[in-house]
Amino acid sequence: MSRVRVLVGTRKGAFVLSSDGKRERWTVAGPFFGGWEIYHMKGSPADPDRLYASQSSGWFGQVVQRSKDGGRTWETVGNKFSYDGTPGTHQWYDGTPHPWEFKRVWHLEPSQTDPDVVHAGVEDAALFRSKDGGQTWEELSGLRGHGSGPKWQPGAGGMCLHTILFNPADPERIVIAISAAGAFRSDDSGATWRPINRGLKSAQIPDPEAEVGHCVHHIASHPSRPNVLFMQKHWDVMRSDDGGDSWREVSGNLPSDFGFAIDVHAHEPETIYVVPIKSDSEHYPPDGKLRVYRSRTGGNEWEPLSKGLPQQDCYVNVLRDAMAVDSLDSCGIYFGTTGGQVYRSVDGGDSWAPIVRHLPAVLSVEVQTLP
Amino acid sequence: MIRVVLPAHLKVLARVSSEVTLDLTGPVTQRAVLDALEARYPMLAGTIRDHDTQRRRPFVRLYACEEDLSHDPPDAPLPARVASGDEPLLVVGAMAGG
Repeated sequence: MSRVRVLVGTRKGAFVLSSDGKRERWTVAGPFFGGWEIYHMKGSPADPDRLYASQSSGWFGQVVQRSKDGGRTWETVGNKFSYDGTPGTHQWYDGTPHPWEFKRVWHLEPSQTDPDVVHAGVEDAALFRSKDGGQTWEELSGLRGHGSGPKWQPGAGGMCLHTILFNPADPERIVIAISAAGAFRSDDSGATWRPINRGLKSAQIPDPEAEVGHCVHHIASHPSRPNVLFMQKHWDVMRSDDGGDSWREVSGNLPSDFGFAIDVHAHEPETIYVVPIKSDSEHYPPDGKLRVYRSRTGGNEWEPLSKGLPQQDCYVNVLRDAMAVDSLDSCGIYFGTTGGQVYRSVDGGDSWAPIVRHLPAVLSVEVQTLP
Repeated sequence: MIRVVLPAHLKVLARVSSEVTLDLTGPVTQRAVLDALEARYPMLAGTIRDHDTQRRRPFVRLYACEEDLSHDPPDAPLPARVASGDEPLLVVGAMAGG
């Protein structure tokens, strides 16, 4: 019977939650790297026992951990993220030029085919790649160097590159997203890049339809239709059917079109999930009710999913990398909250139950479906 | 023999349980001690000093002999009692963050 392994990054360490295919009984391993922020953990599709974790601390900086046995043991690998050449400047919050400074790794995306190849999205925004299992990292500097970099500006959470999407149909195509610069695409394996933000409208920037400057929170796609992209922007849920060349809003009847997480059902490419959040600045669910919203039509028409979720006095947030799906026949949906709960649904979102209730604030959730 | 005491998080990272000892051949300076420390424990590279600038990370302090040496030049000699091994160099995670 298949198994699932849920990789949870928190403000104070990493946890690995494991269950069989029923997903009713869970074992909890951890905390790993206790006291450190684990922004993200992810397993290699090519070797599910190969895991990578981004471990960081305001005191001691960035560490990257690697496991070769599914998270039972870990080893430190390379943590030198040096920008290629003279780093240059981006815009600071006050509009003045500010030098690029590495702060942390927000997202690790292992290759689809080679467990030793992994990409890292970092703050200040840049894309790095390792071809030796994380021992050494080189910047794919065409992203920062394509021309718009000096106009990029940090969002409230920092200027982070948080989304990395590979395209199974076209291995040379990579889509990334940066808060608050926008989405970018390479069609040559990361050598050259261009902004793909046409159709985004952000009232908070001087030119709402500017080429860059949009606060993209997360992008998701389904592997069978990799050029259909779903985006949770600071405000607005957006959709592209042409690999990001153009976007249209699909927020529809959501109670708030602000949020962070977005994901796609494993077997239904038009079924998508978001967690509406109240904003600006509140960043908790509307009316104190934690509800996932599902659209079975690729957006615009949304239904609330609340069975098993707290429907009063709930004021947690669900961060951008804290939702994931498994690929079992009955698709499992998972998300973690800043209150330390990790919820799972084994029926596509119709009902929910907590796997754990009292972890540190959850920063990221990834799921591996294992044989 | 130089003695170095690491903060708890870096002990875990380096997989050591107590203070570490290092043998230096040249002048005993902050730079020489940290170079030797990172050579023995490569996983500590970048955690005490920035990889590129080699500057001490802002919330890491260096104490010895009841003195704060954090702002001393990296090539200044450390106190004689550190060089002799009578006193350890303390790498401290600053109290910060409330």
